[in-house]
This record gives sequence, C-alpha cells and structure tokens, in this order.
Amino acid sequence: MRTRIRESALPLLVLALLAAAPFLGFGEGWAMTLLARAMILAMAAVSLSFILGGAGLISLGHAAMLGFGAYAVVILDDAGITEAAVVVPVAVAAAASFALLTGAVAIRTSGVHFIMITLAFGQMAFFTAASLAGYGGDDGYTLYSRTSLGGTRWLEDRLVFHYACLGLLVLSLLLCRMLLASRFGRVLRAAKESSLRVRAVGFDPYPYRLVAYGIAGGIAGLAGVMLANATEFVAPSYIAWQRSGDLLFMVILGGVGSLHGAVLGALAFVLVEEWLGHITEHWRLIFGPLLILAVLFLRGGLAGLPAQLLGARNRG
Amino acid sequence: MAEPILELAGLQKRFGGLAVTEDVSLRVAPGGIHAIIGPNGAGKTTLIHQISGTLRPDAGRILFGGRDVTALPLQRRARLGLARSFQITCILPGFTVLENAALAVQARSGSSFRFFRPAASETALNRQAMSALEQVGLAGRATTPAGALSHGEKRQLELAIALAMQPRLLLLDEALAGAGPEETERLVTILRGLKGAYTILLVEHDMQAVFALADRISVLVYGRVIATGEPDAIRGNPEVRAAYLGEDDA
Repeated sequence: MRTRIRESALPLLVLALLAAAPFLGFGEGWAMTLLARAMILAMAAVSLSFILGGAGLISLGHAAMLGFGAYAVVILDDAGITEAAVVVPVAVAAAASFALLTGAVAIRTSGVHFIMITLAFGQMAFFTAASLAGYGGDDGYTLYSRTSLGGTRWLEDRLVFHYACLGLLVLSLLLCRMLLASRFGRVLRAAKESSLRVRAVGFDPYPYRLVAYGIAGGIAGLAGVMLANATEFVAPSYIAWQRSGDLLFMVILGGVGSLHGAVLGALAFVLVEEWLGHITEHWRLIFGPLLILAVLFLRGGLAGLPAQLLGARNRG
Repeated sequence: MAEPILELAGLQKRFGGLAVTEDVSLRVAPGGIHAIIGPNGAGKTTLIHQISGTLRPDAGRILFGGRDVTALPLQRRARLGLARSFQITCILPGFTVLENAALAVQARSGSSFRFFRPAASETALNRQAMSALEQVGLAGRATTPAGALSHGEKRQLELAIALAMQPRLLLLDEALAGAGPEETERLVTILRGLKGAYTILLVEHDMQAVFALADRISVLVYGRVIATGEPDAIRGNPEVRAAYLGEDDA
C-alpha cells in the first residue's frame, strides 16, 4: 500500500500542478499555450505508452494517428462543421480506423519490421496530407474557428481549453490504466513478455494487439483534435516521422513501464525544448545530449526517478 | 486398447536433407503416464513440437481426442485441451506466480475481450489458479514475481500453468531438465501425485524418473519408434538395449 501511494504521488502532484497552473502566474499568453500543447502531446504519448509498455508494440508512426484527428477537424471545418459532437467522433473513428487497417498488416510482424512498417504507413499519411491541395497542402490550413461545444464558443476561452486538455489527459490515463488491468490487458501484457507462453495456454495474441492498437489510435486522434484547436492551424509537419520520434522519445524519457511516465516525459520534453529555445538558437545541440544522458542514467525514466533517488539516499 | 486420446499416424518431418522424424506412429491411451525416451538426436523435441503445434509435420496425421488437429496452430490445440510444458522454461517473469497460472485459467473461462474489471480481482480465476499452485506445492510463493523463483520452482510453475488449463492431455517436454537431484525428487513426487488425474505424455531424458513413473514407454531412435511397451518389457528388449540403454552400460 505504501509503495502504491509513493508510486502515484508524483503523477498526482504533476496533475495537481497542471490544474493549479492558471493560478500560479501562468494565466497569460504563451505559457498557457505551451502547457496546453504539452498536455495534448502527453495524451498522445500516453496512448503510445499503452501499446509500447503494455503490448510491446514500438510504433514509429504514431503521429499519423494524431494527424488523422487533426485533419478530420480541418476537413470538417472546410465543410462548415465545427460542432464537437460531430468532429470528435469522426476524428476518433478516422484515427482508430487507420490504426486498425494499418495495424492489421503491421502487427503480423514484430521487432524492427514492425517499426519500419509503422514508419512507412506514417510517411504515407504524411505525403497524403502534404498533397491535399484543397486543405493547404504543404503550407497547412488555418482553422476558421475552434471546435464548438454544443454551439457555444467555450473552447475559445483559454481557461476552459486548459481544463479540457487536462480532463482529456486524465481520462486517457485512467482509460489505459483500466484496460491494462483488465482481462484484455493481462493477455496483452503477457504476450509482451512471452508470445509463446500466451499461445501455449490458448490465446492468439494478434486480435488483442490489434484492438489495443486501434484504441491507442483513437486516443491519439482525440489528441489530434485538441492539437488542431490549440494552434487553430494544421500542417503535414504534425504527421512527419520526426513527430512520431518525439512521441516515442517522450515515452522512453518518462519510463516505458508506467503510463504516467509518458505524461512526465511529454511535459519535460516540451518544456525543456521551449526553455532551451529561449536561451540559444542552437538549442538542439544541448537538447540532444540531454536526452541521451537522460536515457543512459534514468533507469525507469522520469517516473522511476523518485524511487531511484530514495534508493540512493537509503544506500548512502 | 481404449479409444486413444492422442494418435500419431505416419508423422514425417525433414529439415533439408535430414529426416528428423522418419515415420512415427503412436497411440496414447487415456489415463496414466506414457513416456517417450530416446538417445540424443532421436528427434524427441521435434516430435513434441509437432504434437503441440509449434511445428507442422511434412506428412502424416495427428488425431487428438479423435479429431484431426494436424493443421491447427498451438493456441487452437491448447484450447482443445492439449497443454504442454517447455524444455526451456517459458514463464512470464514479470508476472506474479499466481498471475502466471491465472492467465491459463482465464484462457478457458469465457471471453478475454473484457475491458473494465481488473483481472486481478476476479476471485474465480484466482481460486482456480491457486489450486493449480497447490497441486505443485507453489501456493506459498503465489505473490512472488515468477522471475525471482529458483530453477526448480520455475519448473514447478511451468507444470502449474499446464494444470491450470485443466488439460485432457499433459505434454511434458523434459519437465526435469536442468533440475538438481533434490529438485528432481520433488518434481517426480509431484508427477506421481498427478498420475490418475491426468493423462500425461512425458518426453524425458532422466531414465530413472521414466522407469519410476511411466506405465508405458515408447523408444524413439533416429526418428522411428522402435518399441512400445511396459517398462519391464522395454528394459528387457534387446533392440532397445542395443540402441539406447546399452550406451549407458558401456
């Protein structure tokens, strides 16, 4: 019980800080935008962590799911539809369908092959988006307005948008956590450890992995809707493989073994990136080595940091 | 002979030019322990793989409970009640001992496309998993991560997982492999305790254990079954002595 409290202390603290952020002097301008972006990417990272840490599926095409969500907003916006009750289901369904269709092929492979196939599908989505001349092509598309909630303009409000992002992030976390603990998740986790063992007791891992991949796609699609709304602009760069790499990195930085690690990883990634960008133009020169050091020395990622520090203190 | 639970008819398997399973026909009657022995390179492991479904034979048929399962993959045969243990321990090291067994119970307890309730809180699964652990004497280690078990305990867990499937046939591939003398003794006692309750097909290297446990023994040499019979008959069979037992005497 005590370890359980200790384990959930850090994520709860971070979520509480995010909830309090608007009243801690972050209420204005770019800081709120930055936090919203971090929370949205955290949501996508959580969905990636769900299939990576939970099912062992290392996807390098996860940004495409984000892109499907974002482009669903664009295409509906172009058609004059901005109502969330329509936009959200369409976006989630589009992203989940893309995940199921590509996953049906990709999940038949494993290891490096899986990584390469998801990368290939991701790039297909990227080039398709770039060629959508009607929706801005390479240059991207500026939304006419943010998605409306039951006809209201609530999401235009900075504070409402902040809490919408936070709420969805918490929901994604809870959903993935519930799934991993369920019968379904147990088969996934077992198949990650040993596919042979799972088959020997009578499960074919394939349908379980495919459904998990579809669910992760749906969550990332929802994150895509929020991302489009955050910037009121969508471009193919949202889907580029570098973005998939970023997501993968957030998950690894946060700790593959825990879902909330993805939240920590995403926040750290976005905030450090921004901070370094203010210090120097050549921030990538510092950011890259920082990330490498983090991976080398943070066993269990940021999520494992408290335990690592406590362990060091107890030993020392 | 009663209707066999498992029947192999003319199984053949080659790897390139090497015929590992030349021509194996075998009937395993329900109840009791049937052992397959044979010197190194006799093709025991290849045969087990074909029976369990991890390898597809080039020719021949496998009937399980009267049903042709030759084309079915491992997981389908497992669902039909064919449980196997692995020569190289195959457990889930990150799962607790109980959860290892609970997964096997779950496989035969309705759909696993259930997304809401935590699996760990399903008492029906846990209870049956626990009873499988009790059968092999691992109940006291239920909450230990499986990766932290000793080698012998891992072999016991391997067995418990198979038992948790409530199989119609238990296929044990070198269940004693790598176990020390004390661990072997414990495992043999456990297996003896299972006798009668399960039909067991035992592929084993340890001759002492085989003769202590088996009701029937088949001898596999160079991919062929050269003799099948009761332990005494096998021990006295000159062909078997020449092909196999003789090596130990020399």
